[in-house]
Amino acid sequence: MTTHQQSELQRRQLLLGGLALAGMGLAGCASMSAGPSIGRVVVVGGGFGGATAARYLRLWGGNVDVTLVERQASFVSCPISNLVLGGHKQIADITRGYEGLKALGVKLVQGEVVAIDPVAKSVRLADGSALAYDRLVLSPGIDFMSDQVGGLQAALASGQVLHSWKAGPQTVALRKQLTDMADGGVVAMSIPKAPYRCPPGPYERACMIASYLKTAKPKSKLLVLDANPEIQSKKALFEKAFKQHYEGILEYRPNAELKEVANAGKLARLEFEDVKADVLNVIPPQRAADLALKAGVVNINQRWAGVHWLSMESTALPGVHVLGDSTFPGPGMPKSGHMANQQAKLAAAAIIQLLKGEAVNATPVLMNTCYSFVTARDVVHVASVHQYDAAAKTFKPVPGSGGVSAAANQVEGRYALSWADNIWTDMLG
Amino acid sequence: MIGSRVRGAWPLSLALLAGASWAQDPKVDPHLARNLAATCANCHGTAGVAKGEMKTLAGRKEDELLKLLADFRSGAQPATIMHQIAKGYSEEQLKLVVKHFAALPAKP
Repeated sequence: MTTHQQSELQRRQLLLGGLALAGMGLAGCASMSAGPSIGRVVVVGGGFGGATAARYLRLWGGNVDVTLVERQASFVSCPISNLVLGGHKQIADITRGYEGLKALGVKLVQGEVVAIDPVAKSVRLADGSALAYDRLVLSPGIDFMSDQVGGLQAALASGQVLHSWKAGPQTVALRKQLTDMADGGVVAMSIPKAPYRCPPGPYERACMIASYLKTAKPKSKLLVLDANPEIQSKKALFEKAFKQHYEGILEYRPNAELKEVANAGKLARLEFEDVKADVLNVIPPQRAADLALKAGVVNINQRWAGVHWLSMESTALPGVHVLGDSTFPGPGMPKSGHMANQQAKLAAAAIIQLLKGEAVNATPVLMNTCYSFVTARDVVHVASVHQYDAAAKTFKPVPGSGGVSAAANQVEGRYALSWADNIWTDMLG
Repeated sequence: MIGSRVRGAWPLSLALLAGASWAQDPKVDPHLARNLAATCANCHGTAGVAKGEMKTLAGRKEDELLKLLADFRSGAQPATIMHQIAKGYSEEQLKLVVKHFAALPAKP
């Protein structure tokens, strides 16, 4: 028995003792925690997918033992993090704790999973401890294929170049590079070929950096070097924003794939030209996170994890469910926090049914909303609804549904911030 | 079931009638309404009680919510986003969703 199991046993004994004393006064809690466990679920990754899965397993599952393993002490949101770069929000505004999950009975383990044994059904942590599971949920996000760009690995490792595509210290550090830069400086940002996490995110970032330069450093320039042939999401709306708000500051270049980073992170080499920058922000090409690779669930293009869409169970490893940006998406399905949250609820419902030996929901629905700030107050959205297609065994966007904003507007600026507040609460309590 | 989706506006009376026999179908997940409502929770709150600018759905009358959704779909009720989202759900699904929220307490 591991230390973890021992402490769980003690916790249950304490809880049962407490319940006996309190009698029926704790009926609400009793239904969630007393009685025999229907199974142990270990969730790895406390982002939009993993935190939501942990919370809904407890809300819906009754007596499911849920352990959430997360490297960081608190959650820092990628959505809204571009506003921190623009100086319109602080990092504290996008940081939330895991106390709400703990209060709901989720066991929190701050640590790093280093190995998964799908036969013994156990995960091993960097500190040598192990967690046994009946079902495993992996929501590890993305990692970078930085070896595809010459010099990028070293530039990222040294901190000369920041990606800031995982919110946290990288966000704060890029903001500092921007505020430290002299007026008249050049900022260059590189966008990788799709697919990558958050399709509209790079263009929102361009707007937010440009909004800062416009007011604080008006002689400066932002070069947006996009490896793609065109803007990947909300194209017309971003094109309009670039022109309307940032003409003369922001220059957008399509088909501008970054080949090499040189000169201590101050030179971006493209195919036909070199671009000098005072601040170079590189969003590297992406794949499923290292943990997904280690676990053996990455089975599509050596890059993404295939899933059975009625349960989010891996098509490579039975008993292992994969959520969010690591997955190979259904048609029109973005890699977004909102989508990961939706997938997590589908998985939570299915896992509870699988633990009970019941059939899973045959007609699930997923939907997505991504709000993007084009100024500190004006926002554009893209939305979609995806119904499960039993014949195709995947989700398909519903024809005639979904769409984008008619124009950027401040009403949606307020909705976007409320969206963040509500989804953070939906995942973390 | 999904095939019965109506693309455009649909009469309210049909919406109110739909779902009754469907909900008793043993092939239909008993948690379907809960699961469908959870797709709204990102914005409208886990238990339908929203923060900030989003509207609370918990505790509101079924027919009021169904009319609102029908009006979003028809365009009678202008919206920033709900006209696009409402069109992605079948009338049976919307009926289950509003029934779920109507039964929840308006305040946590």
